[in-house]
Amino acid sequence: MPKISKVLVIGSGPIIIGQAAEFDYAGTQACKSLREEGVTTVLVNSNPATIMTDQDIADIVYIEPLTANVVERIIEREHPDGLLPTLGGQTGLNLAVELADAGILDKYQVRMLGTPLETIKKAEERSLFKQLILDMGEPLPESVTVNFVEEAKNFAQKIGLPLIVRPSYTLGGTGGGICHTMEELEKVVDSGLSASLSHQVLVEKCLLGWKEIEYEVMRDAANNCITICNMENLDPMGIHTGDSIVVAPSQTLTDKEYQMLRSASLKIIRALGIEGGCNIQFALTPSTTVARKWAPDQLNVKSSQYYVIEVNPRVSRSSALASKATGYPIARIAAKIAIGKRLDEIPNRVTGKTTAAFEPALDYCVVKIPRWPFDKFASGDRSLGSQMKATGEVMAIDRCFEAALQKAVRSLEFGKKSLLWEDRDWGKSGNPYAYPLHPNDLRLWAVTAALRRGLSCEQLAQRTGIDPWFIHKLLNIVQMEKRLLSEVLTPDLLKEAKRLGFSDEQIGTLADRLPEQVRQLRQNWNLRPVYKMVDTCAAEFDAETPYFYRTYERENEAGPLAEPKAIVIGSGPIRIGQGIEFDYCSVHSGWALQEAGYHSIMVNSNPETVSTDFDTSNRLYFEALDEESLRDILENEGLLPQGIHITPPSIVQFGGQTAINLAGPLSNAGMSIIGSSIDAIDMAEDRRRFEDFLNKLGIPQPPGAGVTSLHEAMSVAKFLGYPVLVRPSYVLGGRAMEIVHNEEELVRYISQALEMDTKHPTLIDKYFEGKEVEVDAVCDGKDVLIPGVMEHIERAGVHSGDSITVYPAINLTSAEVETIVDYTIRIGLALQVKGLMNVQMVIMHHQQENTSSVYILEVNPRASRTIPFISKITGVPMVKLATKTMLGISIKTQGYTTGLWKRQKLIGIKAPVFSMSKLAGVDTYLGPEMKSTGEVMGIDYTYEAALAKALMAAGLMLPPHGGLLFSIADKDKAEAMSVIKGFDTLGYKLFATEGTAAAIEAHGMKVQMIGKKLGKGHPNVIDIINDGSVNGVINTVTGGRVSLQDGFDIRRTATERRIPCFTSLDTARAAWKALANGKQILNVRPLPEYLNKPD
Amino acid sequence: MGKKALLVLEDGSVYEGFSFGAETTTYGEVVFDTAMAGYQEMLTDPSFAGQIVVPTYPLIGNYGINDSDVESKQIQVRGFVVREYCTTPSHWQNMRNLHNYLVASGIPGLSGIDTRALTRRLRSAGVMMGILTSEMTTDEALKELKESPPYGAMDFIKEVSTNEPYHWELPPNQWQSPHRIVVLDMGLKYNIVRILKQLGCDITIVPATTTSEDILNQNPDGILLSPGPGDPALLGYITKTVKQLIGKKPIMGICLGHQLIAHALGARTFKLKFGHRGGNHPVRDLATGRIHITTQNHGYAVDAGSLNGGLKVSHINSNDNTVEGLRHKDLPILSIQYHSEGAPGPQDNIYLFHRFLEMIKESRN
Repeated sequence: MPKISKVLVIGSGPIIIGQAAEFDYAGTQACKSLREEGVTTVLVNSNPATIMTDQDIADIVYIEPLTANVVERIIEREHPDGLLPTLGGQTGLNLAVELADAGILDKYQVRMLGTPLETIKKAEERSLFKQLILDMGEPLPESVTVNFVEEAKNFAQKIGLPLIVRPSYTLGGTGGGICHTMEELEKVVDSGLSASLSHQVLVEKCLLGWKEIEYEVMRDAANNCITICNMENLDPMGIHTGDSIVVAPSQTLTDKEYQMLRSASLKIIRALGIEGGCNIQFALTPSTTVARKWAPDQLNVKSSQYYVIEVNPRVSRSSALASKATGYPIARIAAKIAIGKRLDEIPNRVTGKTTAAFEPALDYCVVKIPRWPFDKFASGDRSLGSQMKATGEVMAIDRCFEAALQKAVRSLEFGKKSLLWEDRDWGKSGNPYAYPLHPNDLRLWAVTAALRRGLSCEQLAQRTGIDPWFIHKLLNIVQMEKRLLSEVLTPDLLKEAKRLGFSDEQIGTLADRLPEQVRQLRQNWNLRPVYKMVDTCAAEFDAETPYFYRTYERENEAGPLAEPKAIVIGSGPIRIGQGIEFDYCSVHSGWALQEAGYHSIMVNSNPETVSTDFDTSNRLYFEALDEESLRDILENEGLLPQGIHITPPSIVQFGGQTAINLAGPLSNAGMSIIGSSIDAIDMAEDRRRFEDFLNKLGIPQPPGAGVTSLHEAMSVAKFLGYPVLVRPSYVLGGRAMEIVHNEEELVRYISQALEMDTKHPTLIDKYFEGKEVEVDAVCDGKDVLIPGVMEHIERAGVHSGDSITVYPAINLTSAEVETIVDYTIRIGLALQVKGLMNVQMVIMHHQQENTSSVYILEVNPRASRTIPFISKITGVPMVKLATKTMLGISIKTQGYTTGLWKRQKLIGIKAPVFSMSKLAGVDTYLGPEMKSTGEVMGIDYTYEAALAKALMAAGLMLPPHGGLLFSIADKDKAEAMSVIKGFDTLGYKLFATEGTAAAIEAHGMKVQMIGKKLGKGHPNVIDIINDGSVNGVINTVTGGRVSLQDGFDIRRTATERRIPCFTSLDTARAAWKALANGKQILNVRPLPEYLNKPD
Repeated sequence: MGKKALLVLEDGSVYEGFSFGAETTTYGEVVFDTAMAGYQEMLTDPSFAGQIVVPTYPLIGNYGINDSDVESKQIQVRGFVVREYCTTPSHWQNMRNLHNYLVASGIPGLSGIDTRALTRRLRSAGVMMGILTSEMTTDEALKELKESPPYGAMDFIKEVSTNEPYHWELPPNQWQSPHRIVVLDMGLKYNIVRILKQLGCDITIVPATTTSEDILNQNPDGILLSPGPGDPALLGYITKTVKQLIGKKPIMGICLGHQLIAHALGARTFKLKFGHRGGNHPVRDLATGRIHITTQNHGYAVDAGSLNGGLKVSHINSNDNTVEGLRHKDLPILSIQYHSEGAPGPQDNIYLFHRFLEMIKESRN
């Protein structure tokens, strides 16, 4: 093949459910890997919170919307020889298909690398896929591809229900589902057809209850094929693999089954002609116990039967998991294969002796558990099926399943939810069968609880379809709980409990001791964990990889690293409110440590991320982020040959709330934290102390107080005057924050809050509906550097993470900017911040005096989610500066000084991205609780152009013409008219609900009135959204739970139909602005060109 | 949990865990195997005769014991050392658990030890003799070890080979003119004959001590020299037979069979520090450059420098470049160090059996 010297890599865009941080990991590895081979890499991605979009990962980086038009312009400018689309998830593949079909690749003679175009199409287009697999002689469940609901119904009549529906060309199985009734089938097929780009869905035999097994396979151009790893889903067929608990390697397969599926995998990847990695999913004959209920046709088989379920002809979430589970860097190798390298020509950097042409051998058990967002979306439908709902995942490694599972459960960071947790309501009925044993996010706890109440493994296996092997392991855990409850705690018992993965805290709860007492017992009895290496080869070769996990065994392989060194505490699973931004920060902190001559040590539990790549830090501990595991790691690192303990310092600023929450416990244990002091952290989070602090500085904040009783709350609110903002202290992502308009709502909120948490006060603030701004700053105690001021398009009241953020703050007066800078500097110095700080403020305009006041809303002495954005848009390496500051290198020494950094000539706009179409039952209106899962960035030289790009990348851009539906709350009607007028002028057809329509008509515009009430005549609001008359919805609400119900159906329908739905007039106005100026040419340039624009 | 038990190695290192299987004492060469599934095949692989086997994968016995995953008529390992064995296996084929299986054959097991630490010990110091016991003290075990013969001095072939020739049934009327294969059983794994049967061979299995005359008198179409345990240098009596067979009939040698072909043609073998045992070893076919993932189970290898008599290296191990296959410049010989039959392990190398049959066809013409 002709030599490839320049490759375009497509990233996966914003984080959404089904497409998360794993693609930053894959893309980053691939770019590094290609550059090692001397290939020039060009990267395009719209997501600024990624390592891959850093200047030193690819040679040329474009942060631009992922559209065919944009990519064509990049190709036109860069003339790459090859396009590598297999590392950007489904987004990358879909875009590549679009480019190829439009003839753009041919026109510029760009070769598709990795996976042939035909294969992408065949794997995605169900009818082609079916034929392809059948041609190979591999088994597929009976199925039919349909374009119409009727066809699906006919098929159901022929082969019976239940059936499963899968749409073509979507992410994470959007729009699919299992149907037990004809009515369900009708509904699911209908929504699947509209979610599919090709308007097709597959309807097939339902394999519920069968074992679900995955293989990660690689192939090179010389036809060498290997499997990296197989994985067994604890949850049987029926739950999306992204929502399943997954174990590696398979546990319940005989070697014959293992090899049968392995051989099938190799056959498939060869037939597909993939040069790179591929993920293949199979259904396999279940155990007899499970088959009795779920698959009676499998009871009398002579040998195990299997079906091919799915093929992903690209790097996937599963391959990120497999890479971390085995130590084999799939994306890195796939990139090299794509440019023509053979597996045996690529050295295995883990062993240093062998090549990439081998299959990893594991000598441990890996458990992955998805992280679901239902702690945020209490109203969401918690049941699990073929539609993925998890935002992230955790992985744990140990020498037995029980320990890996328990460690993974703790890594989820569901409050204090260990496996001991039970919902209070479960016990009430006295019937364990009434526990939520159906597929849902709490099933693991429900099954464990049912075992505690005496249900047998067989009963539970039959009920759930989970293989009895896994349930027996849960029973082992339950039996150990019982022993800890009843027996005297001896060294042998404690050792056994630790080997089964019980934390000191769990043991303490059961054996009636404090966690610290259990820890002391462990010290006394010399029961310390050891650290084992993930070496790809089960110790067969002497490996040098710095990748370790904690376990209770005899031999420790991780002697302390040489000084100087520091530990970066990561941010755990991706969840709403704590996303990939914090992984970005953790990675940069590790690199800054190395640059400063330190050994960097990373601790994290998230398999999807760059931070848990084994070569990101000098050492990686893949561990739960809790006090016990961190203290053990620090002690291990502090163990000196003379028996003296000097633990290295920890950095807690970059791992979100996860890491900051560990500051106190570590510090109490006498372990050092570098950066801002515990006192500064506490000062910022403790409402009363913070109020005193600001008072002393003479800096205003909205009046408010922390309350611990209902009576107190009512009197405070009365004093402040409604509306007020209420929220718990010590949280991230605005969890359970609400704007409360009257006493009735306040009583409801406070009563609930007090029930959940009585330790921490609830905060009540006067709610100012002003312009919200935020700054990030880095301080060293003497100087405070502010890279830029950002303003939010949405007024205060919409969570900052869900707001469109603009840099620089173009609508502020210079006096306002001066005040913001002044407050930030004074706060930073007075708090003695060392490292990063984020300040959120609201500006209230006083119209009569034509003046304004700046109020401080929040100060967080840690990295915020805007750090990657502000770093990229201003060129100020915030995390590096902050990390070095912590090491005692002053800001001045690093070449910066106090004050606001020079304003760039570009405009950068960060827009949130939501995954609402995947979360049935969740309301989409924007409020003080964060709901977005990811973000994109639009950059250009003008506000309008940057805005258009941000909206385009976020999927919020309205088509240039069409229909818009308005349903506006009374309080907003007056203000809304200018926005509506704007859209009217652009020629949109206006639809509106009763009151809104009347107001629009009164303003002299033509509008069609549509009934809001469902079931009272047609067409109603839902009909016109569904029939495509409407291309966008603008719906504002008055707040309060009752009125929210009002527009709920409008918002949900819009979301499911994937049309933009704006719940803030500010966003709607921005969307109009972007359109009104949409005719202008948008730039497509590498990031540095925007930054270094000549005057 | 069973009673306390020990594994004591020659070098004095001791691993204390719990007894499972038969509560008795055994000694043998301690070796590790990195295959993650297939413990029943491992236990019944005759090449493990005289050895105490340590699977590096920590969870063993998960899917129980069935009647189809056996590779010979009985358990062949001397002892089995695991991190954890499963008492409640789950699989539709499961008939009993690992513990009961070992008890029924009188084979001891040891569980609960840090098998990774043990593996690292064997990797760095090399394989060595060990005693697995729930009856002796460490000192007693060490004393016993000193008095026991080393692995390399023992001939295990008589233990594992069949005493009488037997015929592997071919379903009647399925094949018009089956290839007739004689297998010299030095520790045959059933999967070899299962595959040959599927390919339409009529197979007779004969004891390792069968003379070349007796074999040639049967006028087979091809001869397969089976794998087996122990140091090939001790097996002059079989090497002699092999020497007499070479050139007379197409021959396929697997593992020990391969080593004996080398010996018969004047080459030498040497002991590897810790052997190759597992299902993930990459082998390069020198003719095509292709890499094949293979099952391996051997402690000795052919010395490439000692090759003469027309033998050439055809395959090498791409990890350590040791000889993995030989071909002869004139004679119909197919000789591989690894296990094309898998069991446990990949099915990627079944094509070699096809190649053997093609070789037979060619020499018929």
